[in-house]
Amino acid sequence: MSPAWVVYWKEVRESLRDRRVLMNSLLLGPLLGPILFLVMMRLIVGRELEKAEQPLPVVVIGAERAPELIDALRQMGLEVKPAVADPEQAVREQRIDLALRVAADFGAAWRAGRPAEVEIIYDSSRREGGSDVDRLRGMLEGYSHRNGSLRLLARGLSPGVASPLVVSNRDTATPQARGALLFAMLPYMLVLTIFIGGLWLAIDSTAGERERQSLEPLLANPVPRDRILLGKLMATASFSTASLALGLLAFLVVGQFMPTEQLGMSLALGPHFLAVALPVLVPLVLLLCIGQILIAAFARSVREAQTYLGLAQLVPIIPSIILSVLPVKAKLWMYAVPLLGQQLSIMRLLRAEPVQPVALALSAAVTLLAALLVFLVTRRVYESERLAVAT
Amino acid sequence: MIEVQGLHKSFGAKHAVDNVSFSARDGEITGLLGPNGAGKTTTLRMLYTLMKPDAGSVRVDGRDAVLEPLAVRRTIGVLPDSRGIYKRLTARENIEYFAALQGMDEAATRSACDALIATLGMQEIAGRRTEGFSQGERVKTAIARALVHAPQNVLLDEPTNGLDVMATRSLREFLRSLKAAGRCVLLSTHLMQEVAALCDRIVIIAHGRVVADGTPDELRALAREQQLEEAFVKLIGEAP
Repeated sequence: MSPAWVVYWKEVRESLRDRRVLMNSLLLGPLLGPILFLVMMRLIVGRELEKAEQPLPVVVIGAERAPELIDALRQMGLEVKPAVADPEQAVREQRIDLALRVAADFGAAWRAGRPAEVEIIYDSSRREGGSDVDRLRGMLEGYSHRNGSLRLLARGLSPGVASPLVVSNRDTATPQARGALLFAMLPYMLVLTIFIGGLWLAIDSTAGERERQSLEPLLANPVPRDRILLGKLMATASFSTASLALGLLAFLVVGQFMPTEQLGMSLALGPHFLAVALPVLVPLVLLLCIGQILIAAFARSVREAQTYLGLAQLVPIIPSIILSVLPVKAKLWMYAVPLLGQQLSIMRLLRAEPVQPVALALSAAVTLLAALLVFLVTRRVYESERLAVAT
Repeated sequence: MIEVQGLHKSFGAKHAVDNVSFSARDGEITGLLGPNGAGKTTTLRMLYTLMKPDAGSVRVDGRDAVLEPLAVRRTIGVLPDSRGIYKRLTARENIEYFAALQGMDEAATRSACDALIATLGMQEIAGRRTEGFSQGERVKTAIARALVHAPQNVLLDEPTNGLDVMATRSLREFLRSLKAAGRCVLLSTHLMQEVAALCDRIVIIAHGRVVADGTPDELRALAREQQLEEAFVKLIGEAP
């Protein structure tokens, strides 16, 4: 057996006996993403549905001045709350979310055919009330438009005269695309799973081995150091890949429980996704694992390695944020950026859109090349004299 | 057989090892004796090719340690200053790991492990995971894995550090048995009793330099002292 395999099997055997590694690589890593996702989805979906169906409670001042208006609003879902003395103050003090005030001369103005005034009292700096205000405004505008049309008809004019412009919305987002927008974070969850899967092995086999003073005896064996490094990398990547595979499976299972249809979206989280996502992400596994080993090799202790890698874990979130904030159109060169390329591919897969083979090949090739470069840098660190000498 | 010629090693401005020359012969136990920080560990690290000397040469059984580090590592067994073992592996698995890294096949590994486990009196602990081993049990495991490939040359850095009296006695007996088998044994120590009890030749190192080299009798004569300890103190004191 070649020395790299000897190192590999020893690291795997030792790790399988380590509860910490098992917890992180085979339980926490794979399950963290899917569970977080399920919870997030339930929260978002629950909220959206609640808002659309629930009556809108609004404090109304002067409801008696416009009984017809209030009746119409009630039919549209408004729940009239009793008036308060000083609505502005009440909104400011957050005792109520919003209030509707019917002007004192509402009745007179209405009968005279002049614009009658209603006021919406709210606090725009409070985010939560925003959609309620929009809903109330929509109700009022609808009522206003209907009555305006009736008045025009009564005067023998076509209601179209008052609406020179008709704006109709045609959303071209397919249900899948809308779902994927919500799922823009899923690729990062998968990257995080890869990261957590290899984390303990990367730390334990480098900084840990040095801290426990077993690296120096190991290096006294007639084995070139890059073979030792290769064995450790393969072991780390194996655990990371196992973590990823389990994570994808967990997503598959959790996907069955995701209330996506209620939001009119669908996600291609089927066996096809699983079969394609794994090979798409494996080059990234190698790059992330060798990166973790490099960082751990620089650290002087296990604790230091944990700190560094904890920070490094946040780096892959950058492409996710960029992709969700700036919905850029995917260009071919983007697939050549490690992390970004994989995230784009995963998002397209989620939308059940085909990914160009050339893009997949480019992404894999550049990522593997980057992994090789980091391996060469790490090898240099491994060849240095100070590596083995515990401080 | 280990031959060291004009060895130099500096860390920054500090000369850790400054023109060290000596040899350790087969069938002898050679002791590198010196106070803490004298450069013993650094010298040994260059011998087992963990570090490269700035100048000078190390030859192990005629092979140059800088030019052929892998070949040299095959002919030496090392108990370094750091002697951590893998606590989630059993003692036997620890030894087998190094045997595999030495390129030994399964049959050779089994017989070598059995023999070492018997010689070092490890039958009771061989199948246990090493977590919770006593210092003596850990050192035994570390020695067994270092010697599993039956190296001609054995390097030990402060081998009895942290061992109790009984463990020290059995380790000394073991080193004598290696010597009787014609091996070249080189150990470093700061303990006078150790060299007095074990060594055929003593190389005294202070401030990175060899201040004396010879048999215990020769050193006593050189320092004109009856007690080896007095000779040691006197010889080190004469060093610049």
